[in-house]
Amino acid sequence: MTPSILIISLLLLSFIAYQLGKARSLTVVGGARGIRNLHSLPGHYGLLTALWCGLPALLVVLVWLAVQDQVLIALISAQLPPEVRSLGSDQFVLFLNDLRNVVAGNIPASQVSPATAAAAAEYLRLQGVARLALTALAFALGIVAMLVVRGRIRADLRARNSVERVLEGLLFLCSLVAVLTTIGIILSVVFEATRFFGIVPAQEFLFGTKWSPQMAIRADQVGSSGAFGAVPLFAGTLLISAIAMLVAVPIGLFSAIYLAEYAPSKVRSVVKPLLEVLAGVPTVVYGFFAVTTVGPLLRTAGESMGLSVAGESALAAGLVMGIMIIPFVSSLADDMITAVPQSLRDGAYALGATRSETIKQVVLRAALPGIVGGVLLAISRAIGETMIVVMAAGLAANLTANPLEAVTTVTVQIVTLLVGDQEFDSPKTLAAFALGLVLFIVTLVLNVIALYVVRKYREQYE
Amino acid sequence: MSSTNRTAAETQALVTRSLARRYRAERRFRFYGLTAVLAGLVFVVFLFGTIFAQGLSVFQQSYVKIEVFYDPEIIDPAGTRNPDDLVTADYQALVRASLKARFPEIEGRRDLRELYGLVSSAASIELQQRITSDPSAIGTRETRWVLADDTVDMLIKGRVARNAPEDERRLSDQQVNWIAALERDGALALRFNRAFFSNGDSRDPEQAGVRGALIGSLLTLFITLVLSFPIGVGAAVYLEEFAPRNRLTDIIEVNINNLAAVPSIVFGLLGLAMFIGFFGLPRSAPLVGGFVLTLLTLPTIIIASRAALKAVPPSIREAALGMGASRLQMVAHHVLPLAVPGMLTGAIIGMARALGESAPLLMIGMVAFIVEVPQGVFDPATALPVQVFLWSDLPERGFIERTSGAIIVLLLFLLVMNATAVLLRNKFEKRW
Repeated sequence: MTPSILIISLLLLSFIAYQLGKARSLTVVGGARGIRNLHSLPGHYGLLTALWCGLPALLVVLVWLAVQDQVLIALISAQLPPEVRSLGSDQFVLFLNDLRNVVAGNIPASQVSPATAAAAAEYLRLQGVARLALTALAFALGIVAMLVVRGRIRADLRARNSVERVLEGLLFLCSLVAVLTTIGIILSVVFEATRFFGIVPAQEFLFGTKWSPQMAIRADQVGSSGAFGAVPLFAGTLLISAIAMLVAVPIGLFSAIYLAEYAPSKVRSVVKPLLEVLAGVPTVVYGFFAVTTVGPLLRTAGESMGLSVAGESALAAGLVMGIMIIPFVSSLADDMITAVPQSLRDGAYALGATRSETIKQVVLRAALPGIVGGVLLAISRAIGETMIVVMAAGLAANLTANPLEAVTTVTVQIVTLLVGDQEFDSPKTLAAFALGLVLFIVTLVLNVIALYVVRKYREQYE
Repeated sequence: MSSTNRTAAETQALVTRSLARRYRAERRFRFYGLTAVLAGLVFVVFLFGTIFAQGLSVFQQSYVKIEVFYDPEIIDPAGTRNPDDLVTADYQALVRASLKARFPEIEGRRDLRELYGLVSSAASIELQQRITSDPSAIGTRETRWVLADDTVDMLIKGRVARNAPEDERRLSDQQVNWIAALERDGALALRFNRAFFSNGDSRDPEQAGVRGALIGSLLTLFITLVLSFPIGVGAAVYLEEFAPRNRLTDIIEVNINNLAAVPSIVFGLLGLAMFIGFFGLPRSAPLVGGFVLTLLTLPTIIIASRAALKAVPPSIREAALGMGASRLQMVAHHVLPLAVPGMLTGAIIGMARALGESAPLLMIGMVAFIVEVPQGVFDPATALPVQVFLWSDLPERGFIERTSGAIIVLLLFLLVMNATAVLLRNKFEKRW
């Protein structure tokens, strides 16, 4: 049975178990009249039977599906002919790739070496055996559990409590997924990054100023070493983010102030959603906009002023990224400004302050921590933004502060290093994970600070 | 003179003197605000304006009308109607013959090649499909509209000026003249662009369509929705209704908030290392894309679902508990039904975000050049925003239009999703 059919039939089996358990509970107390003697509703007995029948069996199936590939490969590797086993690790990875492709049906078995074809046939045979065994095991588990639970149903069995405990456990597992995601991120990024730092020292990565991750395929090739000094990437990221913030913070802040304090409510109700449309536009769209419209525009503008603007200038990427972040800043600032109690404003007016004086000296000061938090969040967004820079920023690592030149960023390099078929153990691929680790840590720290600042502020008026 | 010594009149004078300056500052400040709002609006208009100006024309495409004769000598010289022979026959020759019949005066290999270049290579594939599905047409004549080449299309749509220098428009002067002749006959016209919605990716702009990417996106979103909605709601219910106040739940909460702000590309790294590297799932598959986007949208859905649960008044819970319901019954029978509209709104917004997401999909290999439309969640596929990314990189003029067209399709989907979310919220929003 294929896994999907197996899972569906297990669900069907659980449904049968539900009906059986429910019917059994009614029989135990002598039909619907005796229902008041039951501890729980008949449905609870049905659910209890179904849960016991379905959950363990499904768990077994899922666990096996997760590890199947590794187990089968290990089994096959153990019985390979010696000439295959003596291959170097690179060759062996290629061999495994071929094997997987044959198994998946991407390559006909006639096109690969006989050893691979034999291994693939063996894989398929083992997979067939495993499927058969899995089906038998899952059904046996399900049916045995179903029968045992059904046999234990008595009038005083506390079915509801058991069912609810299990369901509560499931809900808890759901909420644990978020934690598991974080652990998964940390594990995968840290694990690969440590392997990278085993090849390239961390100081060289963090403080080196030369970035050229091209590794030669053969050792005797020219320029084979590759340099992994990430400072130009950090500088480029900061430059583009700074330009973005220079665009987004004034425009976002001032439009929030205008919409919250000056604009009539009718204007506000129209303009605010319009500005927020910018937040819903996918980032590839901004990237395309930067490449096809803003980049060429800046270039012609620069030429008319006698400046040479690179086709993929940091300015174009930063400008467009700034546009993307405007609604982010403005809606956070808006929340903070409207959270300032009216009494503070009234007090300032009573002292004779004009509206702008009230805003500048009272409202903004009261809202400042929140706004700072919002700006920090926006910076973290800008640093982590990928598509705009991948499309509109350059690839070459220039260490420059000139916004008219092309720079590259951390996210651009992660994408260029990882897109395409690469093996997992070249320093080039691992470098992407090291960059990912830096990115994760920086954005995490920014978020923690921002949330801390915002939370601390919010308590003031409560 | 210190301020304490001022008389009231002096203070009054001081204030009056400064009033003009303060009012100017007030007007200036207000002007800055207005400028910022206007700048934001200008950006919105400019962004959408350029995209639509570049992309709306994608819904029409240039087609050439040809008189095609399904010549038995070319298609099936043996007369056996063997399906294998019908597939491999030289349909290009049919297209060429009909073009040559239209312009009998053109001679010479170079000129003829230029003439044949006016029609897309999709034309012969179309004829092939026509004949293999209905071999009885062999030997008949038919008038068909076939796709014109993308360079012709760009000229017809005015994206390339007709009087531009020859080397800038990728069409020779005589080709432009032939195009004009065809147009005069009504044999070259813009018609609804079916290919854009029924084809997968292609290296030829006129044949490239969004169907493959769209199906890939829908498969990915399906996986995402099936996983993230139940898990998200489950997590929200646990945290809001069951969780004891202890360190573990605090950690979970902080975690969810932080995850919501992790850059999406980091989720891509997770997907690459975990799902592909560790669990050995196939690259480029919508299944893996769905897994990654599930993890990405979970925080959004959990936060929205918790807000929806919080909005249900405690009195309802107390009433249910007072009637002897267990906590799970209270939640399942009373609280959840009231919170579902809010949760669905959150889910739709999460899905909209997932639909527009492309960076993590690049990491797990959903960027391949894939012509076939994916049939299932294990097939290699790409997604709509990734298709935008892929096309935006191509040099042909025709792809700028395709890219903008794909963006318009993407934006339409997002618009529908967000509008549904807003409608849902307005229809079911309750004030207690």
